[in-house]
Amino acid sequence: MSSHSANPQLNSEGELHHLLSIDGLPRGVIERILSTADSFINVAEREVKNVPLLRGKSVFNLFFENSTRTRTTFEIAARRLSADVFNLDIVRSSAAKGESLLDTINNLTAMQADAFVVRHATSGAPYLIARHTSRHAPHIHVINAGDGQHAHPTQGLLDAYTIRHYKKDFSNLTVAIVGDILHSRVARSDIHALTTLGVPEVRAVGPLTLLPTGLEQMGVRVCTKLDDGVRGADVIIMLRLQSERMRGTLLPSAAEYFANYGLTAKRLALAKPDAIVMHPGPMNRGVEIDSHVADGTASVILTQVTFGIAVRMAVLSIVSSSASMQ
Amino acid sequence: MKIAILNGRVIDPASNFDQAAGVFIDEGCIAAIGRAPEQFRADTTLDAAGLAIAPGLVDLCARLREPGHEGALKVEMKAALAGGVTSVVCPPDTDPPLDEPGLVRMLRQRSRESAGARTYPLGALTAGLKGEALAALKTLAEAGCVAFMQTRSLPHDNSVLLQAMRYAKTFELPIWLRPVEDTLAGRGVAGAGAMASRLGLPAVPVVAETVALHTIFELQRATGAQVHICRLSSSEGIALVRQAKREGRPVTADVGIHHVHLVDVDIGYFDPNFRLDPPLRGTRDRDAIVAGLADGTIDIICSDHSPIGEDDKLLPFGEAEPGATALETLLPLTLKWASENKVPLPQALARITSGPAGILSKGSAKGRLTVGAKADLVVFSALESWVVGADTLVSSGKNTPFNGYELQGRVRYTLVGGEVRYQAD
Amino acid sequence: MLELDAEAIYRQLAQRAREHYVTKQLRLVGVHTGGVWLAERLKRELNVEAPVGILDVSFYRDDFDRSGLKSALRPSQISFEVAGSHILLVDDVLNTGRTVRAAINELFDYGRPARIDLAVLIDRGGRELPVAATLIGATIELPPTVSAVLTRDDDDRLHLTMETRGDE
Repeated sequence: MSSHSANPQLNSEGELHHLLSIDGLPRGVIERILSTADSFINVAEREVKNVPLLRGKSVFNLFFENSTRTRTTFEIAARRLSADVFNLDIVRSSAAKGESLLDTINNLTAMQADAFVVRHATSGAPYLIARHTSRHAPHIHVINAGDGQHAHPTQGLLDAYTIRHYKKDFSNLTVAIVGDILHSRVARSDIHALTTLGVPEVRAVGPLTLLPTGLEQMGVRVCTKLDDGVRGADVIIMLRLQSERMRGTLLPSAAEYFANYGLTAKRLALAKPDAIVMHPGPMNRGVEIDSHVADGTASVILTQVTFGIAVRMAVLSIVSSSASMQ
Repeated sequence: MKIAILNGRVIDPASNFDQAAGVFIDEGCIAAIGRAPEQFRADTTLDAAGLAIAPGLVDLCARLREPGHEGALKVEMKAALAGGVTSVVCPPDTDPPLDEPGLVRMLRQRSRESAGARTYPLGALTAGLKGEALAALKTLAEAGCVAFMQTRSLPHDNSVLLQAMRYAKTFELPIWLRPVEDTLAGRGVAGAGAMASRLGLPAVPVVAETVALHTIFELQRATGAQVHICRLSSSEGIALVRQAKREGRPVTADVGIHHVHLVDVDIGYFDPNFRLDPPLRGTRDRDAIVAGLADGTIDIICSDHSPIGEDDKLLPFGEAEPGATALETLLPLTLKWASENKVPLPQALARITSGPAGILSKGSAKGRLTVGAKADLVVFSALESWVVGADTLVSSGKNTPFNGYELQGRVRYTLVGGEVRYQAD
Repeated sequence: MLELDAEAIYRQLAQRAREHYVTKQLRLVGVHTGGVWLAERLKRELNVEAPVGILDVSFYRDDFDRSGLKSALRPSQISFEVAGSHILLVDDVLNTGRTVRAAINELFDYGRPARIDLAVLIDRGGRELPVAATLIGATIELPPTVSAVLTRDDDDRLHLTMETRGDE
């Protein structure tokens, strides 16, 4: 028994109203986002990079966890749609507890917001917000910009878009995701996107201390050796290793990590000759990836950033065009 | 005051009595079961047609929130009576914790004044529940504590637990423990498994429970202390308790009513009403709990009642306070477990009446219908259904995973000491 | 369901275009999809060098709040320099004028054209904005209850069908 059987992201017409997680999105919805992003790539190549689609709409960036990168790309995406963007950095201090999360949301709703882009350190926070707005302010769209270790759906979508751009057909690919899968919302979103789009082999690569249980149930093959993980791969996604993980109970040192799981040219050579290397950024050169590989011909890391703006424009456009939640 | 309860089905699990009979009460005690005593003229007659009459429920864990929240006890007592609970064991995790005899006496006094259920406080095993220094166990026992408990996990330092067991054994005082090894549990908020991984929730591995159980059994072997294990959650943990009982160790164990029904997948889209401590685990574990109740490895079901306000529950899953309001759903959920698993009603009711009463004190008259003993009874309909919600719950806590659900089993009357203290509208 | 002879109407449009345009510097831009088919044909008729530009005006429509984004989006694509160019904008059916308004706005976001002319297969009346076509294949007044849809079959022949709206 579960109290919420209906997917909270879709309205009663099956339209995407919130984007909270790729987990549970129908394949058609994901594909529509990707093909809509195609149109926005072309817009970015014009002199006037804006379209008037969301003119008069207000997009509020609610970042409860710092991230200049992600916030900036969402801001660019919203502005290119001619929306008004408001940034609220609500980094919670433990000293001053202040307003509860839902009180903050209520105040913003009263300010005529149309969309909330939310980043939060606790898994599930955007669901709490979406459940609240769906009930009290059903016109508002909630977009998850990263919640705890759970999901980073726009990253998963832009990674899928990038792979589609270079590899065209998902149905015969081998994709390896390498690094701290346990703590990575990017990894989880990538896994859901790729398995839903029909990638036959998704591999998760890392030491046992950085791999969560139940990956097989998500349709993933687990590898604890990097060589096995990248052998024959078409796509290698390197995850960032956070510095706080590097010395402690999960990993002894950055040096040992790089020696065993760092992507070097030698290891890359085990992958397919036309393999592409991706990274959600920011990179720790010399920890998870060798500088030469990061800057090399296989690396598509910079195009991920360009695609990220187009994909976020697509997401904002599609959710904004859905009818109300009720 | 003479009361006659007629036309009902009388169930006394302790004596295996299950038949249509009248119950006759005089001066607060059960005067007769079956036929009225000679020249008995009832002042009040309750018609129990279509209803069951059982011993009042004995709940081995319910938080009344006092000390801590002024006025909370009165409301939660009403909730207890509405749930048919006539004896409540209160854990020591109050604010401040129950490590002072004065607080214990005050709690018992307030309970008596509230004319609610009987209260059996548990004392803190360590000062402030910090897990470092012993609390004054003997003095607390004299003030009315029935046992002593660490409420979140084992004391961090094993030597503290060892000495606590020795000290408690000195005075033959029972120790109740949550089998949680806190360094392994870490900051987990969900049971380790595919669901927690999928939701990106920090996980509590099963070894947090099994390592704790091994520690408890070894220290108990060394000290001979009487131990009750609170809130089992994993199939591996239950297997260890089964093994310990087979070896003849003096342990008893309980499970929270929600873990009899729910699994981690029920968390769904991060519903904080499913944030519980211990966390919900998988189907295998839930099945092991049901099997453990069937073969007696798990002796007791308790409510683990935790009324939590909206401000502390309507938060992202990991930040929400764990626990559910459960005094009023204990009976219907026990009946649901019984009917789904074909457990005969008297056997099911034993788990929330005579069983828990026996843990409190061997040979206790509570939890059973004995002629001459105080009349603590519940009269209920096993078939009447009601929808669980803010408008039907009496407790100040409306936080239940069964919110919006229709459950079968509704209390009609609750009597404590022969006094009708609750009557359904 | 009534059908008009789209090929015949097109021949009229093409004839008028040939009489009207002599310059090879003309740039053709079709509004997706019907306008693009027509623009491709006119490119051949008029011997225009530059590739046909494609506009999907979805991001510029004025009914986003009511109708949302339509599901089959195609990227707009204009590979020639719009600034300073003489553009012939081509669409299949001219009705309220809103699609043309959106197309002009979109063109201006590519650059400032020197001049924009409008060619349509049919003008069915019902204008809600002050828009007029330079070249018209045929003028046919249609009531608002009827929709006119241009399709192209496997042999590349054009068909213009009238359907009663509200048959959904």
